[in-house]
Amino acid sequence: MSALEIKNLKKTYRNKLDALKGINLNVQQGDFFALLGPNGAGKSTTIGIICGLVNKTSGSIKVFGHDLDTATNAAKACIGIVPQEINFSQFETCLGIVLNQGGYYGIKRSIAMERAEKYLGKLGLWERRNEYSRNLSGGMKRRLMIARALIHEPKMLILDEPTAGVDVELRRSMWDFLIDINQQGITIVLTTHYLEEAESLCKNIAIIDKGDIIEDTSMKNLLSKLNKETFVFDLVDPIESLPELNGYQGRLKDPSTIEVEIERKNNINDLFNIFSKHGINVCSMRNKSNRLEELFLDLLNNNKTH
Amino acid sequence: MYTQSLFIPFSTIVIKEVSRFTRIWVQTILPPAISMTLYFVIFGSLIGPRIGTMNGFDYIDYIAPGIIMMSVINNAYANVVSSFFGAKFQRHIEEMLVAPIPVFVILAGYITGGIVRGFLVGTVVTIVALFFTDLHLYSFPITIAVVLMTSIVFSLGGLINAIFAKKFDDISIIPTFVLTPLIYLGGVFYSIDMLPEFWQKVSVFNPILYMVNAFRYGMLGESDISITHAFIMLIIFTITLLIVCLQLLNKGIGIKT
Repeated sequence: MSALEIKNLKKTYRNKLDALKGINLNVQQGDFFALLGPNGAGKSTTIGIICGLVNKTSGSIKVFGHDLDTATNAAKACIGIVPQEINFSQFETCLGIVLNQGGYYGIKRSIAMERAEKYLGKLGLWERRNEYSRNLSGGMKRRLMIARALIHEPKMLILDEPTAGVDVELRRSMWDFLIDINQQGITIVLTTHYLEEAESLCKNIAIIDKGDIIEDTSMKNLLSKLNKETFVFDLVDPIESLPELNGYQGRLKDPSTIEVEIERKNNINDLFNIFSKHGINVCSMRNKSNRLEELFLDLLNNNKTH
Repeated sequence: MYTQSLFIPFSTIVIKEVSRFTRIWVQTILPPAISMTLYFVIFGSLIGPRIGTMNGFDYIDYIAPGIIMMSVINNAYANVVSSFFGAKFQRHIEEMLVAPIPVFVILAGYITGGIVRGFLVGTVVTIVALFFTDLHLYSFPITIAVVLMTSIVFSLGGLINAIFAKKFDDISIIPTFVLTPLIYLGGVFYSIDMLPEFWQKVSVFNPILYMVNAFRYGMLGESDISITHAFIMLIIFTITLLIVCLQLLNKGIGIKT
């Protein structure tokens, strides 16, 4: 079943900017879906329309089969939203914010309290439930928005850059939390600027640029399109110059680091044989940049030329 | 299900609204009590005896209903305009917009918040008035009905102001330059019979005239305007503003992109 079905969605702002030029998107139930794109590509506009915060120009959206125009409330009840910007009252307590959100979704106070304890607890905020939200750190505010979005136990959670400005440790713990709720059956749609995040978490991916979907496929398929990768080799002993690598494009970044471009058709073992032949010992290797990042930039560059 | 989808969101908004203004009672309840006390001291006790009677009532008795109504109008308006604009400014209005709440429930929640504050402040000012004079009560149902309808009208007015406001200045312009002059020229301190004929005719375009006089009728049994006429005007204002507010909220003007 489709969790989210977007057909020919268009949005033109008053300044005549075509933010969305008729996008189509299909997210299956239980998916962990990434919607990626550069700044101003149309990600937040798409999410805003799905959540009822932005009026669309034309097109249709169905959430778990409920049309957003004709069965608005049924569709909204299926969605939990974690926006990019902090959007709760600074003068309310964490618990008050979560309970009120439960109230807006028609959840009885007693049930909302049980769920608030559950989700604030899982996100490490229960101890701070009676503090005013303005006193929380940036990461805590983001986690509070996740707890708030889950209070009505939605079938689909939409997160717009949930880990922006969050430290590495906290980001990892949020990833674990999202994986956990996805495994429990909640469909997740995620936008992020951290491509490593999308690659680690998401099963399917769409890339949006200038209001158009330029790629919509599985993460596995997309990564298989990567023709070449740049690997960085850290050497045990420094070398003065880089020997001939039998057709591989390489460069000596510093006496202890070699960067080599390897095409998908090549066998990486051959390169190690060449290193061994020249007495070069490698102590570690890594991708120069995130694989998805390379693809993402390629796709955007191709789109520029069209 | 019907109860859950309508009453729980409604009561959540009302509880949130009431707890908001009671939490900051020093800014919301106390100032009208102090300023209205000053009105009673200056216009009632000091200047009033020199004026004598108006339409057969001591001056302080004559102005008391208007002063109470003035506080109801100001507070019903201020509650909704500040709360709704605050929600827009901090963007937590989005908490309601993403939820499956019909817009009339959001509207009803905010109006009820304005009504509760209007009644509460009106009650406090009435208690203050009792320190200065023995208040009359000609008709309890009319008195309550006028306060209720006036609170609704000015809560709706405050909501429209908040919807169109883009900065904090915009929520003080209307109260300062429109509401206050209309209140002072709405027969709070005088009978419009005292005005020249031309200004009497101009006064009938002032909506506050009907509210003050209807409330005065409820308390004293005396009014410059017929009570039926006043209620018809109140009903027209209420329905017109209600339709405008529902249209604005439905279209998402000022709150959606």
